[in-house]
Amino acid sequence: MYFESLGALWDMAGHGPYVWSSYGLFVALLCLNIWHARSQKMKALKQAKAFVRRNQ
Amino acid sequence: MTQSIWRMPRWFHQMGSPKWFYDFGGSLLPWFALAAFVLLTWGIVWGLAFAPADYQQGNSFRIMYVHVPAAILSQSIFLGMAVAGAVGLIWKMKVAFMVARSCIAIGATFTAIALLTGAIWGKPTWGAYWVWDARLTSTLVLLFLYAGVMALNQAISERQIAGKATAILAIVGTINIPIIKYSVEWWNTLHQSSSFTLTAKPSMPADMYLPLLLTVLGSYCLFVLVVLVRTRTQILQTQSGTSWLMQHRDITGA
Repeated sequence: MYFESLGALWDMAGHGPYVWSSYGLFVALLCLNIWHARSQKMKALKQAKAFVRRNQ
Repeated sequence: MTQSIWRMPRWFHQMGSPKWFYDFGGSLLPWFALAAFVLLTWGIVWGLAFAPADYQQGNSFRIMYVHVPAAILSQSIFLGMAVAGAVGLIWKMKVAFMVARSCIAIGATFTAIALLTGAIWGKPTWGAYWVWDARLTSTLVLLFLYAGVMALNQAISERQIAGKATAILAIVGTINIPIIKYSVEWWNTLHQSSSFTLTAKPSMPADMYLPLLLTVLGSYCLFVLVVLVRTRTQILQTQSGTSWLMQHRDITGA
């Protein structure tokens, strides 16, 4: 590791809040996208199954 | 003879078949999910904890590993959306319109990430979260373009017409992409020029640019993953009455 301790990694010589919030935004917004795409897919699959049941 | 110019290979027309796209896309999904997860985790951990600090910017330069992929993807996705829209218009391919529609949300997300992480990076580097600089302003315009494409796409309920209108707006909107790309050269800006290009050797040491390469590649895989999921969702929504889907193992569970 580049840093001497986990504390130093967290602090990043004063730049910690900037760096960690950027990474947090990146991960959170992309996870939100995947979660939304997946939940829409599940909903569509459920509706397609219901359609087939109604028309059998 | 004139017809042969427009004759496309077999796979091109296969891609236009919802059934083929649904199955082929489904088989690719787990690989892109795995690649996105591995590449992004590897790149992020390397960039955060193992890459050396920049001699000028210190540790704040680590924001580059999330900011640059987001900025690259925001532009690539817009171009991809315009190309998919053009394919839909020229070859009247419904699946191409679906792919274009699937690009909107993920493209807007990457643009928002690029703007937000850029603002956060600007504070310790330039002393301000926001400046009305050519690169920043043209990227903000890109976010508005995504918002316009999304609004237009959702305002029209008939999918074919919505697809056509969206495609045209996306194609016209691509005029902004070279403006973003060359903004740092055409105008005097605060924003630094490209961190790396495909053609030249990087000016950074390997320990600094390899994590960036990983997060860029990982972001592309994540984009493909999301587009596959969203396009397959649209196929499920629009093909529910067709016999292939009614007999599909995803529906019957067999």
